[in-house]
Formats: sequence, structure tokens, C-alpha cells
Amino acid sequence: MKSSSADAGKLLDLAGLDAKTLHDPDAAHVVIHENTVLGSNTVPGLHIEAVSLPDGVKATIRVEKGKIIKKPVHLCFGVVPKTGTQRIIMEAFMEENSRASILAHCVFPFAEDVRHLMEGTIHIAKGAWYSYYERHIHSPQGGIKVYPKASVTVEEGGTFTTEFELLKGRVGLIDIDYEVSCGKDAVMEMVARISGTGDDVIKIQETGHLLGENARGVLRSKIAVRDDARAEIYNKMTASAPYARGHVDCKEIVQDRAKAMAVPVVEVNHPRAHITHEAAIGSVDSKQLETLLARGLTEDEAVELIIQGMLS
Amino acid sequence: MSILQIRDLELRLSGKPILDGLTMDFMENKVHAVVGPNGAGKSTLAQTIMGLSGYREISGDILFQGESIRELEPDERARKGITLAWQEPARFEGLRIRDFIGASLRGKEKAGDLVFDALKKVGMEPSIYLDRAVDRTLSGGERKKIELASILAMKPKVAILDEPDSGIDIDSLEHIFEAVKLLRKGGTTVLLITHSMAVLEQAEHAFLLCCGKVQDEGPTKKIGDYFGKKCVPCSHKNLPEANGDER
Ligand SMILES: Nc1ncnc2c1ncn2[C@@H]1O[C@H](COP(=O)(O)OP(=O)(O)OP(=O)(O)O)[C@@H](O)[C@H]1O
Ligand SMILES: [Mg+2]
Repeated sequence: MKSSSADAGKLLDLAGLDAKTLHDPDAAHVVIHENTVLGSNTVPGLHIEAVSLPDGVKATIRVEKGKIIKKPVHLCFGVVPKTGTQRIIMEAFMEENSRASILAHCVFPFAEDVRHLMEGTIHIAKGAWYSYYERHIHSPQGGIKVYPKASVTVEEGGTFTTEFELLKGRVGLIDIDYEVSCGKDAVMEMVARISGTGDDVIKIQETGHLLGENARGVLRSKIAVRDDARAEIYNKMTASAPYARGHVDCKEIVQDRAKAMAVPVVEVNHPRAHITHEAAIGSVDSKQLETLLARGLTEDEAVELIIQGMLS
Repeated sequence: MSILQIRDLELRLSGKPILDGLTMDFMENKVHAVVGPNGAGKSTLAQTIMGLSGYREISGDILFQGESIRELEPDERARKGITLAWQEPARFEGLRIRDFIGASLRGKEKAGDLVFDALKKVGMEPSIYLDRAVDRTLSGGERKKIELASILAMKPKVAILDEPDSGIDIDSLEHIFEAVKLLRKGGTTVLLITHSMAVLEQAEHAFLLCCGKVQDEGPTKKIGDYFGKKCVPCSHKNLPEANGDER
């Protein structure tokens, strides 16, 4: 299906990208609707290449050595029609000591049967810094399947942070699969905050390998499921070098007939490495709940407020 | 007039009588203290009045404005005007202080201003605190003051403050006392649960609780003098070591 300019307008509107951002010469962006690249802008030091393939789009981002991209790079992905498939193959190369933060707006506002596949390879060279914030807007009926997959290497002293957030609409199906390897002094942090309702399915598979001395990693999942929603969280962290430090934190609030599962794996292969793990799965904390009840909130209002807080 | 009446209240936990036939009257718009040693049953009384889960299987009755609230859920009791500040307040990940204090004000006009004022009244600078989360990063004392601010904002008819001074430094104690005065001025009946003499002195009337029983009640000074001397001589010989040892 060909993308119309009306669709493009809607996409940008819903992503909250106004003309000001799009025409800002200092702010880079790429807009991809379905498998068509609608537009892009770049800034000095940043190279963006986006080409349409028969079954997807290949996007390459490269930040030159030592270059600091001041304003967030906006990636706008979406499918406006009710049905469709979007496949994005993304490669990011952060050269030595470069720095960029990416804001990915993923917009599927009317999805009834939409698939969004993301296959990412991210390479963060020595001393580079890369943050990737993924903000989703889905349809209220949740007719969408999202498959974000990435393989990330962070070299000495580099930093990788990522956050996945569903801002609006229903999950549908989310199946995240990220694997990150950290070298000496490298840092990684992955955060997912998702609330599922109806028959939503949330699957998160996040793996962090702390391979170098003094590498640090955090995996954090904050999930709320109600109705008949399901969540499966597989977090794995390994540490194989002296002073590598990791933390795995999984919080899942379960209501109604929903089901949540957490399968944390922590593996330490060096006597001077250390990983901690924290999980809380189940109903909301009773003291938190009772505190709000004692202020006159109904149970539903109290739970809502607690979940909003946790996901914020 | 008595706003809250406790009538022959009994509560057993793990088979043990923790509240053992309490009868108490809390007067409208007065500040009452409930003092007693560790383990006397003070916090249990607070949680039982609030109707929290685990504290509902009672015998006897609790009347609020003349009507039994025994069957009411905690939130229904709260909407009638009863509230509780915990001895150790809960922490909430991600929940901002403005939303926490404002929780009882949702839909109210000028809620934002009321939240701001409440923080000021407990001596906390709103610009620093409003957007922080009510989480582990707050100190114990800060958390207590925020709890109190949330109660000031709520303007309840009955406020039960469980050890409002615990973890509070000398300077902040003045704010706590000021807040108690403000509550009273606004028409709230305050129950101060404490074993601190300084807090006790804020009250107009006091109950002495020991071993789940009211051992004495009366003017603050009278109860304070006795409690201040570690309840010697023990009036009821109810200390474990005194059991079966009546001399
Ligand atoms: N679930 C329970 N099962 C058995 N005993 C309990 C339970 N909960 C509380 N208790 C006991 O009830 C007694 C009263 O506890 P409570 O917390 O009310 O005391 P308190 O007067 O508030 O003491 P403190 O001054 O230390 O706060 C204590 O002896 C406590 O161990
Ligand atoms: Mg207590």
C-alpha cells in the first residue's frame, strides 16, 4: 500500500512532532511510514541513510568520532492504516567518544492487524554514549504485534541506555528481545514500562553480558497486567570480569485474571563480580494501597495511582 | 461531644488478645494522646479504627458520630472523615509528592494550591519537593512530614497520627506540633499515638494503654506524670514478670 501524505501528517501529529521540530535545522529526524521513507534531515557529524527495500526499510545511523549530537534525533515510525507490516532493519554506529540520543516515536493509532518488526544492530565504540528512547502509541483495540530485536555491543567506557514505554493505547503483543555486551568500564541500562489490559501479551527477553572489568549493567522491567493480559519477563545478566556489577529488577503488578511470570537468570563467572536481583510480582503493595484507601480513594483509584507511579 | 467511641473492643491476633476490652471516647475537635509502652497495642488500635485488613475480626464496636463503622471498608471510613498516618509510612515508587498529597483532593478546585500550602505547613519547600517521588530516596523524617502534609490537605474529621515524632529532628518537631494545632483549629479531632512526653504535652486528654487495656485516662498532666515515671508503681500488675506473683 502506498503511503499518502495525509497518513504522513497523521503520523507526525500523533507522534507529537510539530513543524518546528521538523524544520529545525539543528534537529535530525527520519520519518518512515510503513516501508516508505517519507523524509529525513541530518546535522553535522551525523549520517543517516534510509532506503526502502521490497519488504522493509534499512536505516543506518552513524555518528562521527568525537561528535556530540546536541538535540535528540527523532525517528518516527508508524503505520496509519488499520492493516500493514513495517519492517525496519536498523544499524547504528557510534564512533569513539561520540554522543547521541535517539527518540523513536512508534505510532500505530488505528491498528487492527499491524506488525512492526525492528531488527537492530548497535555498535558503541570506546567512550561513546547512545541512548534510545522508544515511545509507542497504539490503537485502543490493540490489533498490533511489535517485535523489537536488537544486538548491542558497548566498547570500553561506552554507555548504552534504552527505555521502552507505551504511552497510549493497548499493547496487543509486544515481544522484546535485546542482547547487550559490555566491555571494560562500559555501562548499560535497559528499562521497560508497560501496562497490559484485555488479552494483551507482553514478552520481554533482555540479556546483558558484563564482559569487561568494571562493566555495569541494569535491567529494569515495570509491568502492570490486568483483565486477561499476560506478561513473561526473561531477564538474564552475566558477569565475567572483576568488579563487574549488575542489577536485575522486575516489578509486575497483577490484577483480575491476568498472569505474570518472571524468569531471572543471574550468572557470575568471576569471584570479584557481583549481581543483585530483585523481584516483586503480584498484587499492589498492601501498605501503599491502604495508605491511599485511608485518604478516601476507592480501591480502583488507589491501584490506578500506584500503577501510574510505577510506570512513570 | 464524642465523635469516636470505642466500645468493649477486642481483637485477637494469632490467638492472642492484643486489644482487650477497650472502651474509649474521643471528643470532637480535641487532641487526645494514647500513650503506652512498646507492644501496648497502640498501633493495633489505630489500624483497627481504620479497619485495615487483618484488623477487622473484632468484638465490641467502633462508633463514628454515633453510628457503627464496624462493617465499613477502610476507604468508606476515610470518606466519612477518618484517616491514619502510619508509624512507618509506605513508600511509593514513581509517585510524585504532589500527586500523593493531592490524592484526597482529586477533582477539587485549587487542589494544586492546597498541596503547596500543606507542604509549607510541615516546613518543606514545595519547589524542592513537589516533583520528587515518595520513594526510597526520601529520608524517614521527610517521609513522615509528607504523610502529615497529606493529612493536612485532606482535612479529616479524625486524624490518627501514629508516633508523629519518630525520626523527626528537633526543628521539624515544631512543624509537627504546629500541624497538630492547625488540624485542631480546622475542627479535626486528633489522636496522637506516642511514648514521647513532648508529643503527649500537645494533647488535652490522654489514655494510658498497656497490654491491650486502658489502664488510666484523664488530663494529660496526670497521665504524663505517671507514664513519665515509667508507670511505677504499676497499677495493674499486668507486666509479664508480675503475673502470678501478687505480693
Ligand atoms: N499479627 C500479629 N500476631 C501476633 N501478635 C501481634 C501481631 N501484630 C502485632 N502483634 C503484637 O501485638 C502487640 C501490640 O503491637 P502494636 O504494634 O500495636 O504495639 P505498639 O503499642 O504500637 O508498640 P510500639 O510502641 O512499639 O509501636 C505486640 O506485642 C505485637 O507483637
Ligand atoms: Mg506502634
